[in-house]
Amino acid sequence: MNWGVFVSTFLAAAIEVIEMVAIVVAVGVTRSWRAARVGAAGGLVVLVVTVAALGAALQGLSLETLRLVVGALLLAFGSQWFRKGILIVSRDGWATGVGDEDVDDDVPAGFDWTGAFLSFKGVSLEGLEVAVIVVAFGAAADAIGSAIVGAAVSVVVIGALGAATYRYVAAIPRRALQLFVGAMLITFGTFWAGEGLGVEWPGGDFALVWLGALYVASSLALMHIAAAWRRDVAARKQREVTSAAGAA
Amino acid sequence: MTVVWRWTKAVVLFLVDYIVGDDWTVAALIALGLLATWRLVEAGAAAWWLLPLVVLTANIQSLRRAVRSGG
Repeated sequence: MNWGVFVSTFLAAAIEVIEMVAIVVAVGVTRSWRAARVGAAGGLVVLVVTVAALGAALQGLSLETLRLVVGALLLAFGSQWFRKGILIVSRDGWATGVGDEDVDDDVPAGFDWTGAFLSFKGVSLEGLEVAVIVVAFGAAADAIGSAIVGAAVSVVVIGALGAATYRYVAAIPRRALQLFVGAMLITFGTFWAGEGLGVEWPGGDFALVWLGALYVASSLALMHIAAAWRRDVAARKQREVTSAAGAA
Repeated sequence: MTVVWRWTKAVVLFLVDYIVGDDWTVAALIALGLLATWRLVEAGAAAWWLLPLVVLTANIQSLRRAVRSGG
């Protein structure tokens, strides 16, 4: 078992699984639990098929090419989570969770196909992102088994928690998790893209540690900087309002 | 044909949104950073410092713009 890959895919998948659970629980509570379960099961089948198909498609690539492609993808994708996490945590605080999903609760008689479709769509769309993460980490680290187990444990643990009591899942500070997982994704993305290009990292594999520390430290500093920028913007707007009122 | 086209379009749009997201400049700067890193490696120069610098710069400029536009 590659524990680094296991933990990375567990955490990255957790962010998407929290959203999956939010949608399935919303459908279950407001429409029909049976439809929510059927839709979620269908979505999970799509997830498994997607992982298998993507994994098979990457079989023929050399490790260097794979690491460059996966690294570039993780850099672009991880940067979005990194920024979103910094923006939202610096504005709303560390405890921001996922909240509740709104679902139309006009349920027809008989099996609720609309509910099943909503649940299926939520699970398969979020699952698609999990599939890309699993295949990317698994292929680039040559540890697809650890990546699949990490994501599967995430689905089972958070899914079971959501089924037992959704309040705990809704309370997971998703944005803070997104910030740290974003930092982790760009850490692996930088390292693997560099490896794919033939970069010699100071410290070899230890570069993952110092790159991670660099990005996490930068994210913490950027939260304070973003808060200061926000105060500047607010102060400038206030001055504009005051001078406009004075001119009038 | 229409269904195939619609699915292809949906998959391409999903991938673009997934990879590029809400700020294309970050993806563009990262692509340039990768290209510059490759050139440095080809030239036999130390290249390890460039990619982290580009990644941080790209994210900082994007964050700044997002905050200015009320994010």
